[in-house]
Amino acid sequence: MTIKETTNLIINEFNQFDDWMDKYNYLIEMGRSVPLIDDNQKTDANLITGCQSRVWLSSEYKDGLIYFTADSDAVITKGIAYLLIRVFSGHTPAEIVEAETTFLDLIGLKEHLSPTRSNGLLSMVKQIKLYAFAYQVKEKNS
Amino acid sequence: MSKISEEKIQSVRNDFPILSRTIYGKPLVYFDNAATTQKPNIVIDAISNYYRNDNANVHRGVHYLSQHATGAFEDVRKKVATFVNASSQNEIIFTRGATEAINLVACSYCESFLDAGDEIILSALEHHSNIVPWQAACERKGAFLKIIPITPQGDLDLTVFEELLNDRTKMVAVSHISNTLGTINPISKIVEMAHHKGVPVFVDGAQGLSHGPVDVQKLDCDFYAFSAHKMYGPMGIGGLYGKTSWLEKMQPYQLGGEMIDTVTFEKTTYNEIPYKFEAGTPNVADVMGFGAAIDYLNELGWDFITAQENDLLEYATTRLQSIEGVKIIGTSAHKAAIISFLIEGIHFFDAGTIMDHLGIAVRTGSHCTQPLMDILGINGTLRASMAFYNTRQEVDKLVDAIYRVKTLFA
Repeated sequence: MTIKETTNLIINEFNQFDDWMDKYNYLIEMGRSVPLIDDNQKTDANLITGCQSRVWLSSEYKDGLIYFTADSDAVITKGIAYLLIRVFSGHTPAEIVEAETTFLDLIGLKEHLSPTRSNGLLSMVKQIKLYAFAYQVKEKNS
Repeated sequence: MSKISEEKIQSVRNDFPILSRTIYGKPLVYFDNAATTQKPNIVIDAISNYYRNDNANVHRGVHYLSQHATGAFEDVRKKVATFVNASSQNEIIFTRGATEAINLVACSYCESFLDAGDEIILSALEHHSNIVPWQAACERKGAFLKIIPITPQGDLDLTVFEELLNDRTKMVAVSHISNTLGTINPISKIVEMAHHKGVPVFVDGAQGLSHGPVDVQKLDCDFYAFSAHKMYGPMGIGGLYGKTSWLEKMQPYQLGGEMIDTVTFEKTTYNEIPYKFEAGTPNVADVMGFGAAIDYLNELGWDFITAQENDLLEYATTRLQSIEGVKIIGTSAHKAAIISFLIEGIHFFDAGTIMDHLGIAVRTGSHCTQPLMDILGINGTLRASMAFYNTRQEVDKLVDAIYRVKTLFA
Protein backbone atom coordinates (compact mmCIF):
# COMPACT_ATOMS: atom_id res chain seq x y z
CA MET A 1 0.00 0.00 0.00
CA THR A 2 1.29 3.47 -0.81
CA ILE A 3 1.60 6.18 1.80
CA LYS A 4 -1.36 7.94 0.20
CA GLU A 5 -3.48 4.77 0.36
CA THR A 6 -2.70 4.17 4.03
CA THR A 7 -3.51 7.75 4.95
CA ASN A 8 -6.85 7.51 3.12
CA LEU A 9 -7.59 4.31 5.01
CA ILE A 10 -6.83 5.99 8.34
CA ILE A 11 -8.96 8.99 7.42
CA ASN A 12 -11.87 6.61 6.66
CA GLU A 13 -11.36 4.78 9.95
CA PHE A 14 -11.52 8.02 11.90
CA ASN A 15 -14.48 9.31 9.91
CA GLN A 16 -16.61 6.55 11.43
CA PHE A 17 -16.48 8.38 14.76
CA ASP A 18 -18.65 11.40 15.47
CA ASP A 19 -17.63 11.63 19.09
CA TRP A 20 -14.15 12.74 20.15
CA MET A 21 -14.22 10.17 22.96
CA ASP A 22 -14.60 7.33 20.44
CA LYS A 23 -11.70 8.75 18.49
CA TYR A 24 -9.51 8.70 21.57
CA ASN A 25 -10.73 5.24 22.49
CA TYR A 26 -9.59 4.05 19.08
CA LEU A 27 -6.27 5.83 19.49
CA ILE A 28 -5.81 4.21 22.90
CA GLU A 29 -6.55 0.76 21.42
CA MET A 30 -3.95 1.40 18.75
CA GLY A 31 -1.54 2.61 21.39
CA ARG A 32 -1.78 -0.81 22.94
CA SER A 33 -1.04 -2.62 19.69
CA VAL A 34 1.97 -0.61 18.53
CA PRO A 35 4.94 -2.80 17.50
CA LEU A 36 7.12 -2.02 20.46
CA ILE A 37 10.66 -0.92 20.17
CA ASP A 38 13.29 -3.31 21.57
CA ASP A 39 14.24 -2.31 25.09
CA ASN A 40 17.86 -2.02 23.99
CA GLN A 41 16.73 0.62 21.46
CA LYS A 42 15.23 2.79 24.21
CA THR A 43 18.38 4.85 24.24
CA ASP A 44 18.84 8.56 24.75
CA ALA A 45 19.79 8.79 21.09
CA ASN A 46 16.34 7.45 20.11
CA LEU A 47 14.51 9.61 22.64
CA ILE A 48 12.58 12.45 21.02
CA THR A 49 13.08 15.57 23.07
CA GLY A 50 10.57 18.32 23.75
CA CYS A 51 7.73 16.01 24.69
CA GLN A 52 5.83 15.83 27.99
CA SER A 53 5.68 12.10 27.51
CA ARG A 54 8.82 10.20 26.63
CA VAL A 55 8.86 8.90 23.06
CA TRP A 56 11.45 6.60 21.53
CA LEU A 57 11.61 6.15 17.78
CA SER A 58 13.95 3.70 16.13
CA SER A 59 14.54 3.08 12.44
CA GLU A 60 16.02 0.24 10.44
CA TYR A 61 17.06 0.41 6.79
CA LYS A 62 16.69 -2.87 4.91
CA ASP A 63 16.70 -3.55 1.16
CA GLY A 64 15.99 0.07 0.31
CA LEU A 65 13.07 0.43 2.74
CA ILE A 66 12.86 2.07 6.17
CA TYR A 67 11.12 0.31 9.07
CA PHE A 68 10.12 2.18 12.22
CA THR A 69 9.33 1.06 15.75
CA ALA A 70 8.33 3.31 18.64
CA ASP A 71 7.32 3.43 22.27
CA SER A 72 6.07 5.99 24.74
CA ASP A 73 5.16 6.05 28.42
CA ALA A 74 1.85 7.76 27.50
CA VAL A 75 -0.83 5.70 25.74
CA ILE A 76 -2.25 8.48 23.53
CA THR A 77 1.23 9.37 22.35
CA LYS A 78 1.83 5.70 21.62
CA GLY A 79 -1.36 5.59 19.55
CA ILE A 80 -0.24 8.58 17.54
CA ALA A 81 3.17 6.96 17.07
CA TYR A 82 1.44 3.85 15.77
CA LEU A 83 -0.51 5.90 13.21
CA LEU A 84 2.73 7.35 11.92
CA ILE A 85 4.37 3.93 11.78
CA ARG A 86 1.44 2.53 9.81
CA VAL A 87 1.80 5.36 7.33
CA PHE A 88 5.55 5.57 6.93
CA SER A 89 7.07 2.19 7.80
CA GLY A 90 8.16 0.01 4.89
CA HIS A 91 8.65 2.80 2.38
CA THR A 92 11.64 4.17 0.54
CA PRO A 93 13.48 7.23 1.82
CA ALA A 94 12.30 9.24 -1.21
CA GLU A 95 8.63 8.33 -0.63
CA ILE A 96 8.86 9.37 3.02
CA VAL A 97 10.70 12.61 2.33
CA GLU A 98 8.10 13.65 -0.24
CA ALA A 99 5.00 12.49 1.70
CA GLU A 100 2.44 15.00 2.91
CA THR A 101 1.42 14.95 6.57
CA THR A 102 -1.88 16.80 6.25
CA PHE A 103 -3.85 13.63 7.08
CA LEU A 104 -3.38 14.38 10.77
CA ASP A 105 -5.53 17.46 10.27
CA LEU A 106 -8.22 15.46 8.56
CA ILE A 107 -8.66 12.85 11.28
CA GLY A 108 -9.50 15.49 13.87
CA LEU A 109 -6.28 15.39 15.83
CA LYS A 110 -5.36 18.87 14.73
CA GLU A 111 -4.79 20.08 18.27
CA HIS A 112 -1.92 17.63 18.55
CA LEU A 113 -0.12 19.44 15.76
CA SER A 114 0.17 22.71 17.63
CA PRO A 115 3.77 23.23 18.72
CA THR A 116 2.59 24.06 22.24
CA ARG A 117 1.11 20.63 22.82
CA SER A 118 4.53 19.25 23.66
CA ASN A 119 3.25 15.76 22.92
CA GLY A 120 5.87 15.12 20.35
CA LEU A 121 3.68 14.50 17.33
CA LEU A 122 5.38 17.25 15.37
CA SER A 123 8.75 16.11 16.68
CA MET A 124 7.95 12.53 15.65
CA VAL A 125 7.02 13.59 12.12
CA LYS A 126 10.17 15.69 11.93
CA GLN A 127 12.29 12.80 13.17
CA ILE A 128 10.77 10.35 10.67
CA LYS A 129 11.45 12.78 7.83
CA LEU A 130 14.97 13.35 9.15
CA TYR A 131 15.73 9.62 9.22
CA ALA A 132 14.42 9.29 5.66
CA PHE A 133 16.49 12.24 4.50
CA ALA A 134 19.62 10.80 6.13
CA TYR A 135 19.13 7.40 4.47
CA GLN A 136 18.48 9.15 1.16
CA VAL A 137 21.78 11.02 1.40
CA LYS A 138 23.59 7.85 2.45
CA GLU A 139 22.08 5.99 -0.51
CA LYS A 140 23.26 8.66 -2.95
CA ASN A 141 26.78 8.65 -1.54
CA SER A 142 27.19 4.90 -1.56
CA MET B 1 -21.25 23.91 52.36
CA SER B 2 -18.88 26.71 51.57
CA LYS B 3 -19.02 29.73 53.88
CA ILE B 4 -19.33 31.99 50.87
CA SER B 5 -22.65 32.27 49.07
CA GLU B 6 -23.00 31.09 45.50
CA GLU B 7 -24.43 34.49 44.58
CA LYS B 8 -21.24 36.19 45.72
CA ILE B 9 -19.01 33.83 43.72
CA GLN B 10 -21.24 34.17 40.68
CA SER B 11 -21.05 37.95 40.86
CA VAL B 12 -17.24 37.73 41.10
CA ARG B 13 -17.18 35.32 38.11
CA ASN B 14 -19.16 37.85 36.12
CA ASP B 15 -16.20 40.23 36.43
CA PHE B 16 -14.13 37.81 34.31
CA PRO B 17 -15.51 37.58 30.76
CA ILE B 18 -13.40 34.55 29.79
CA LEU B 19 -15.00 32.40 32.50
CA SER B 20 -18.24 32.22 30.55
CA ARG B 21 -16.71 30.80 27.39
CA THR B 22 -16.85 27.17 26.32
CA ILE B 23 -14.06 24.77 25.30
CA TYR B 24 -14.98 21.97 22.86
CA GLY B 25 -18.60 22.88 23.57
CA LYS B 26 -18.26 22.52 27.35
CA PRO B 27 -18.11 25.27 29.97
CA LEU B 28 -14.50 26.19 30.74
CA VAL B 29 -13.20 24.95 34.08
CA TYR B 30 -10.02 26.94 34.54
CA PHE B 31 -7.65 25.27 37.00
CA ASP B 32 -4.36 26.64 35.66
CA ASN B 33 -4.21 29.76 37.78
CA ALA B 34 -0.65 29.15 38.94
CA ALA B 35 0.42 29.53 35.29
CA THR B 36 -1.62 32.67 34.81
CA THR B 37 -4.83 34.02 36.30
CA GLN B 38 -7.71 35.38 34.25
CA LYS B 39 -8.31 39.11 33.96
CA PRO B 40 -11.31 41.05 35.23
CA ASN B 41 -13.02 43.66 33.02
CA ILE B 42 -11.54 46.48 35.08
CA VAL B 43 -8.01 45.37 34.04
CA ILE B 44 -8.89 44.89 30.38
CA ASP B 45 -10.61 48.30 30.33
CA ALA B 46 -7.66 50.05 32.00
CA ILE B 47 -5.28 48.86 29.26
CA SER B 48 -7.71 49.70 26.49
CA ASN B 49 -8.48 53.09 28.01
CA TYR B 50 -4.81 53.95 28.29
CA TYR B 51 -4.23 53.39 24.57
CA ARG B 52 -7.51 55.06 23.60
CA ASN B 53 -7.19 58.17 25.72
CA ASP B 54 -3.93 58.57 27.61
CA ASN B 55 -1.03 57.17 25.60
CA ALA B 56 2.21 59.17 25.84
CA ASN B 57 5.78 58.43 26.86
CA VAL B 58 6.45 58.98 30.54
CA HIS B 59 9.03 61.10 32.42
CA ARG B 60 9.99 63.12 29.36
CA GLY B 61 7.45 65.41 27.80
CA VAL B 62 6.34 68.82 28.97
CA HIS B 63 3.05 68.30 27.22
CA TYR B 64 -0.20 67.46 28.97
CA LEU B 65 -0.50 63.81 27.94
CA SER B 66 3.03 62.95 28.96
CA GLN B 67 2.64 64.56 32.36
CA HIS B 68 -0.72 62.87 32.85
CA ALA B 69 0.74 59.45 31.89
CA THR B 70 3.73 60.01 34.19
CA GLY B 71 1.44 60.86 37.08
CA ALA B 72 -0.72 57.79 36.52
CA PHE B 73 2.37 55.58 36.11
CA GLU B 74 3.90 56.80 39.37
CA ASP B 75 0.54 56.45 41.12
CA VAL B 76 0.63 52.73 40.35
CA ARG B 77 4.14 52.52 41.79
CA LYS B 78 2.73 54.01 45.01
CA LYS B 79 -0.19 51.58 44.84
CA VAL B 80 2.16 48.60 44.55
CA ALA B 81 4.31 49.94 47.40
CA THR B 82 1.25 50.22 49.63
CA PHE B 83 0.01 46.78 48.51
CA VAL B 84 3.20 45.07 49.75
CA ASN B 85 3.79 47.67 52.50
CA ALA B 86 7.18 48.86 51.23
CA SER B 87 8.57 51.75 53.26
CA SER B 88 8.92 53.88 50.13
CA GLN B 89 7.66 53.82 46.53
CA ASN B 90 11.30 54.12 45.46
CA GLU B 91 11.75 50.53 46.57
CA ILE B 92 9.45 49.31 43.77
CA ILE B 93 11.08 48.67 40.38
CA PHE B 94 8.87 47.75 37.45
CA THR B 95 10.09 44.73 35.46
CA ARG B 96 8.55 42.44 32.84
CA GLY B 97 7.71 40.00 35.59
CA ALA B 98 9.18 37.94 38.42
CA THR B 99 11.72 36.26 36.14
CA GLU B 100 13.18 39.59 35.07
CA ALA B 101 13.22 40.76 38.69
CA ILE B 102 15.24 37.67 39.63
CA ASN B 103 17.61 38.28 36.74
CA LEU B 104 18.03 41.90 37.84
CA VAL B 105 19.15 40.93 41.34
CA ALA B 106 21.14 37.88 40.19
CA CYS B 107 23.10 40.18 37.85
CA SER B 108 23.31 43.45 39.78
CA TYR B 109 23.72 42.09 43.29
CA CYS B 110 26.04 39.24 42.34
CA GLU B 111 28.23 41.53 40.23
CA SER B 112 29.13 43.55 43.32
CA PHE B 113 28.75 41.10 46.18
CA LEU B 114 29.52 37.57 44.93
CA ASP B 115 33.12 36.31 44.79
CA ALA B 116 34.87 33.06 43.89
CA GLY B 117 34.22 30.38 46.50
CA ASP B 118 31.06 32.09 47.80
CA GLU B 119 27.74 30.30 48.12
CA ILE B 120 24.09 31.02 47.26
CA ILE B 121 21.40 28.97 48.99
CA LEU B 122 18.28 27.97 47.03
CA SER B 123 15.59 25.46 47.90
CA ALA B 124 14.61 22.17 46.26
CA LEU B 125 11.20 23.68 45.48
CA GLU B 126 12.40 26.42 43.17
CA HIS B 127 11.02 27.23 39.72
CA HIS B 128 13.66 27.25 36.97
CA SER B 129 13.40 31.05 36.99
CA ASN B 130 14.73 31.12 40.55
CA ILE B 131 17.52 28.65 39.77
CA VAL B 132 19.05 29.45 36.40
CA PRO B 133 19.92 33.16 36.95
CA TRP B 134 21.71 32.30 40.24
CA GLN B 135 23.41 29.31 38.63
CA ALA B 136 24.70 31.55 35.83
CA ALA B 137 25.93 34.10 38.39
CA CYS B 138 27.78 31.32 40.23
CA GLU B 139 29.36 30.18 36.96
CA ARG B 140 30.49 33.73 36.17
CA LYS B 141 32.01 34.21 39.61
CA GLY B 142 33.21 30.72 40.51
CA ALA B 143 30.66 30.48 43.33
CA PHE B 144 28.44 27.52 44.34
CA LEU B 145 24.75 26.73 44.78
CA LYS B 146 23.62 24.99 47.97
CA ILE B 147 20.14 23.48 48.15
CA ILE B 148 17.73 23.32 51.10
CA PRO B 149 16.13 19.85 50.90
CA ILE B 150 12.44 19.10 51.49
CA THR B 151 10.66 16.72 53.84
CA PRO B 152 8.41 13.99 52.39
CA GLN B 153 5.45 16.36 52.89
CA GLY B 154 7.12 19.06 50.79
CA ASP B 155 8.23 21.43 53.57
CA LEU B 156 11.69 22.97 53.61
CA ASP B 157 14.06 21.24 56.01
CA LEU B 158 15.15 24.20 58.13
CA THR B 159 17.58 22.11 60.20
CA VAL B 160 19.64 21.51 57.09
CA PHE B 161 19.17 25.17 56.10
CA GLU B 162 20.75 26.22 59.41
CA GLU B 163 23.74 23.99 58.65
CA LEU B 164 24.08 25.36 55.11
CA LEU B 165 24.34 28.98 56.29
CA ASN B 166 27.98 29.99 56.72
CA ASP B 167 30.48 32.81 56.23
CA ARG B 168 30.60 32.17 52.48
CA THR B 169 26.82 32.44 52.04
CA LYS B 170 26.04 35.62 50.08
CA MET B 171 22.34 35.15 49.32
CA VAL B 172 19.36 32.99 50.19
CA ALA B 173 16.82 32.84 47.34
CA VAL B 174 13.56 30.99 48.04
CA SER B 175 10.02 30.99 46.74
CA HIS B 176 7.20 32.27 48.92
CA ILE B 177 4.84 29.58 47.62
CA SER B 178 5.87 26.51 45.61
CA ASN B 179 4.21 26.61 42.18
CA THR B 180 4.29 22.80 42.02
CA LEU B 181 3.46 21.57 45.52
CA GLY B 182 1.64 24.62 46.88
CA THR B 183 3.80 24.72 50.02
CA ILE B 184 3.78 28.13 51.72
CA ASN B 185 7.34 28.58 52.95
CA PRO B 186 8.06 30.10 56.39
CA ILE B 187 9.66 33.26 54.99
CA SER B 188 9.83 35.17 58.32
CA LYS B 189 11.69 32.30 59.94
CA ILE B 190 14.05 31.91 56.95
CA VAL B 191 14.78 35.66 56.97
CA GLU B 192 15.42 35.61 60.71
CA MET B 193 17.87 32.70 60.38
CA ALA B 194 19.66 34.22 57.37
CA HIS B 195 19.89 37.71 58.87
CA HIS B 196 21.31 36.21 62.04
CA LYS B 197 24.28 35.26 59.84
CA GLY B 198 24.21 38.59 57.99
CA VAL B 199 22.88 37.06 54.77
CA PRO B 200 20.21 38.83 52.66
CA VAL B 201 17.09 36.98 51.49
CA PHE B 202 15.48 37.13 48.05
CA VAL B 203 11.88 35.93 47.85
CA ASP B 204 10.38 34.72 44.57
CA GLY B 205 6.81 35.87 45.17
CA ALA B 206 5.40 34.89 41.76
CA GLN B 207 2.85 32.65 43.50
CA GLY B 208 2.89 34.53 46.78
CA LEU B 209 1.20 37.81 46.05
CA SER B 210 -2.06 36.41 44.67
CA HIS B 211 -3.02 34.12 47.54
CA GLY B 212 -2.69 36.35 50.59
CA PRO B 213 -1.49 39.68 51.95
CA VAL B 214 2.25 40.31 51.81
CA ASP B 215 4.00 42.76 54.13
CA VAL B 216 7.63 43.02 53.07
CA GLN B 217 8.55 45.04 56.17
CA LYS B 218 7.06 42.45 58.47
CA LEU B 219 8.72 39.62 56.52
CA ASP B 220 11.90 41.74 56.61
CA CYS B 221 13.04 40.13 53.34
CA ASP B 222 15.59 42.09 51.31
CA PHE B 223 14.00 41.49 47.91
CA TYR B 224 10.56 40.30 46.77
CA ALA B 225 9.76 39.58 43.11
CA PHE B 226 6.29 39.37 41.56
CA SER B 227 4.36 39.04 38.27
CA ALA B 228 1.14 40.96 37.62
CA HIS B 229 -0.28 38.25 35.36
CA LYS B 230 -0.45 35.79 38.24
CA MET B 231 -2.45 38.30 40.27
CA TYR B 232 -5.25 39.04 37.78
CA GLY B 233 -3.23 41.73 36.00
CA PRO B 234 -1.72 41.83 32.52
CA MET B 235 1.15 39.76 31.16
CA GLY B 236 4.52 41.40 30.59
CA ILE B 237 4.57 43.47 33.77
CA GLY B 238 5.67 42.81 37.32
CA GLY B 239 8.16 44.12 39.73
CA LEU B 240 10.84 43.92 42.32
CA TYR B 241 10.71 45.19 45.85
CA GLY B 242 14.19 45.86 47.21
CA LYS B 243 15.34 47.49 50.41
CA THR B 244 16.69 50.96 49.69
CA SER B 245 20.00 50.12 51.35
CA TRP B 246 20.62 47.29 48.83
CA LEU B 247 19.26 49.07 45.76
CA GLU B 248 21.54 52.08 46.47
CA LYS B 249 24.57 49.80 46.58
CA MET B 250 23.75 47.83 43.41
CA GLN B 251 24.76 48.85 39.88
CA PRO B 252 22.21 48.61 37.05
CA TYR B 253 22.61 45.74 34.57
CA GLN B 254 20.46 47.18 31.76
CA LEU B 255 21.50 50.58 30.50
CA GLY B 256 19.97 53.37 28.46
CA GLY B 257 16.81 55.45 28.28
CA GLU B 258 15.04 56.24 31.53
CA MET B 259 17.83 55.15 33.80
CA ILE B 260 20.44 57.81 33.02
CA ASP B 261 21.09 61.13 34.69
CA THR B 262 23.65 62.80 32.40
CA VAL B 263 25.46 61.37 29.41
CA THR B 264 28.67 62.49 27.72
CA PHE B 265 30.88 60.32 25.56
CA GLU B 266 33.37 60.31 28.42
CA LYS B 267 31.06 59.49 31.32
CA THR B 268 27.45 58.65 32.19
CA THR B 269 25.87 59.13 35.59
CA TYR B 270 22.81 57.14 36.57
CA ASN B 271 19.45 58.29 37.80
CA GLU B 272 18.30 57.62 41.37
CA ILE B 273 16.39 54.54 42.48
CA PRO B 274 14.03 53.20 41.30
CA TYR B 275 14.71 54.75 37.87
CA LYS B 276 18.30 53.59 37.59
CA PHE B 277 16.98 50.01 37.23
CA GLU B 278 14.33 50.86 34.63
CA ALA B 279 16.14 51.17 31.30
CA GLY B 280 14.14 52.05 28.21
CA THR B 281 10.53 53.10 27.81
CA PRO B 282 8.50 51.21 30.39
CA ASN B 283 5.38 49.16 29.67
CA VAL B 284 3.02 51.93 30.75
CA ALA B 285 -0.22 50.41 29.46
CA ASP B 286 0.29 47.22 31.42
CA VAL B 287 1.32 49.17 34.49
CA MET B 288 -2.14 50.77 34.25
CA GLY B 289 -3.63 47.28 34.05
CA PHE B 290 -1.54 46.22 37.04
CA GLY B 291 -2.87 49.18 39.02
CA ALA B 292 -6.41 48.15 38.15
CA ALA B 293 -5.71 44.57 39.29
CA ILE B 294 -4.53 45.85 42.66
CA ASP B 295 -7.65 48.02 42.95
CA TYR B 296 -9.71 44.93 42.16
CA LEU B 297 -7.97 42.78 44.80
CA ASN B 298 -8.26 45.55 47.39
CA GLU B 299 -11.95 45.92 46.63
CA LEU B 300 -12.53 42.17 46.86
CA GLY B 301 -10.51 41.94 50.08
CA TRP B 302 -8.20 39.24 51.40
CA ASP B 303 -10.87 37.92 53.76
CA PHE B 304 -13.00 36.80 50.83
CA ILE B 305 -10.04 35.60 48.73
CA THR B 306 -8.43 33.48 51.43
CA ALA B 307 -11.75 32.10 52.71
CA GLN B 308 -12.80 30.98 49.23
CA GLU B 309 -9.39 29.58 48.26
CA ASN B 310 -8.97 27.71 51.55
CA ASP B 311 -12.43 26.24 51.13
CA LEU B 312 -11.57 25.08 47.59
CA LEU B 313 -8.23 23.65 48.75
CA GLU B 314 -9.84 21.72 51.58
CA TYR B 315 -12.77 20.52 49.47
CA ALA B 316 -10.62 19.47 46.50
CA THR B 317 -8.07 17.74 48.73
CA THR B 318 -10.78 15.71 50.46
CA ARG B 319 -12.47 14.77 47.20
CA LEU B 320 -9.25 13.84 45.40
CA GLN B 321 -8.05 11.77 48.35
CA SER B 322 -11.27 9.78 48.22
CA ILE B 323 -10.49 8.51 44.70
CA GLU B 324 -8.71 5.19 44.65
CA GLY B 325 -5.35 5.45 42.92
CA VAL B 326 -5.07 9.24 43.19
CA LYS B 327 -2.01 10.44 45.05
CA ILE B 328 -1.54 14.06 46.04
CA ILE B 329 2.08 15.20 45.71
CA GLY B 330 2.84 17.79 48.39
CA THR B 331 0.95 17.47 51.64
CA SER B 332 2.33 20.30 53.72
CA ALA B 333 0.10 21.62 56.49
CA HIS B 334 0.72 25.09 55.03
CA LYS B 335 -0.52 25.12 51.45
CA ALA B 336 -2.01 27.52 48.94
CA ALA B 337 -4.81 26.32 46.62
CA ILE B 338 -2.40 24.42 44.35
CA ILE B 339 -2.73 20.63 44.16
CA SER B 340 -0.33 18.39 42.27
CA PHE B 341 -1.45 14.80 41.87
CA LEU B 342 -0.92 11.55 40.01
CA ILE B 343 -3.39 8.89 38.92
CA GLU B 344 -1.93 5.43 39.42
CA GLY B 345 -0.99 3.70 36.16
CA ILE B 346 -2.05 6.62 33.96
CA HIS B 347 0.38 9.06 32.38
CA PHE B 348 -0.32 12.69 33.30
CA PHE B 349 -0.25 13.60 29.61
CA ASP B 350 -2.99 11.06 28.80
CA ALA B 351 -5.12 12.27 31.69
CA GLY B 352 -4.57 15.96 30.85
CA THR B 353 -5.48 15.41 27.19
CA ILE B 354 -8.82 13.84 28.08
CA MET B 355 -9.56 16.48 30.74
CA ASP B 356 -8.90 19.17 28.14
CA HIS B 357 -11.62 17.69 25.94
CA LEU B 358 -13.96 17.86 28.92
CA GLY B 359 -13.32 21.60 29.18
CA ILE B 360 -11.00 21.32 32.16
CA ALA B 361 -7.72 23.23 31.98
CA VAL B 362 -5.12 21.63 34.24
CA ARG B 363 -1.37 21.75 33.89
CA THR B 364 0.65 18.64 33.16
CA GLY B 365 4.40 18.07 33.25
CA SER B 366 7.24 19.27 35.41
CA HIS B 367 5.84 22.80 35.98
CA CYS B 368 9.30 24.29 35.34
CA THR B 369 10.64 22.51 38.41
CA GLN B 370 12.70 19.69 36.90
CA PRO B 371 15.13 19.43 39.85
CA LEU B 372 12.15 18.99 42.20
CA MET B 373 10.76 16.25 39.91
CA ASP B 374 14.15 14.50 40.06
CA ILE B 375 14.09 14.64 43.86
CA LEU B 376 10.55 13.26 43.92
CA GLY B 377 11.57 10.58 41.40
CA ILE B 378 8.77 11.40 38.94
CA ASN B 379 8.57 12.91 35.43
CA GLY B 380 5.69 15.22 36.14
CA THR B 381 2.27 15.63 37.71
CA LEU B 382 -1.20 16.90 36.96
CA ARG B 383 -1.70 20.22 38.69
CA ALA B 384 -4.97 21.90 39.57
CA SER B 385 -4.30 25.43 40.76
CA MET B 386 -7.37 27.27 41.95
CA ALA B 387 -8.41 30.89 42.31
CA PHE B 388 -11.19 32.61 44.24
CA TYR B 389 -13.44 32.52 41.15
CA ASN B 390 -13.41 28.73 41.04
CA THR B 391 -16.27 26.78 42.60
CA ARG B 392 -16.91 23.51 44.39
CA GLN B 393 -19.00 22.47 41.37
CA GLU B 394 -15.91 22.84 39.21
CA VAL B 395 -13.96 20.64 41.63
CA ASP B 396 -16.75 18.07 41.24
CA LYS B 397 -16.27 18.22 37.46
CA LEU B 398 -12.56 17.58 37.92
CA VAL B 399 -13.35 14.57 40.09
CA ASP B 400 -15.85 13.24 37.52
CA ALA B 401 -13.21 13.71 34.82
CA ILE B 402 -10.69 11.68 36.83
CA TYR B 403 -13.20 8.81 37.07
CA ARG B 404 -13.77 9.03 33.33
CA VAL B 405 -10.02 8.97 32.67
CA LYS B 406 -9.65 5.96 34.95
CA THR B 407 -12.35 4.05 33.04
CA LEU B 408 -10.88 4.99 29.68
CA PHE B 409 -7.35 3.86 30.50
CA ALA B 410 -8.27 0.94 32.74
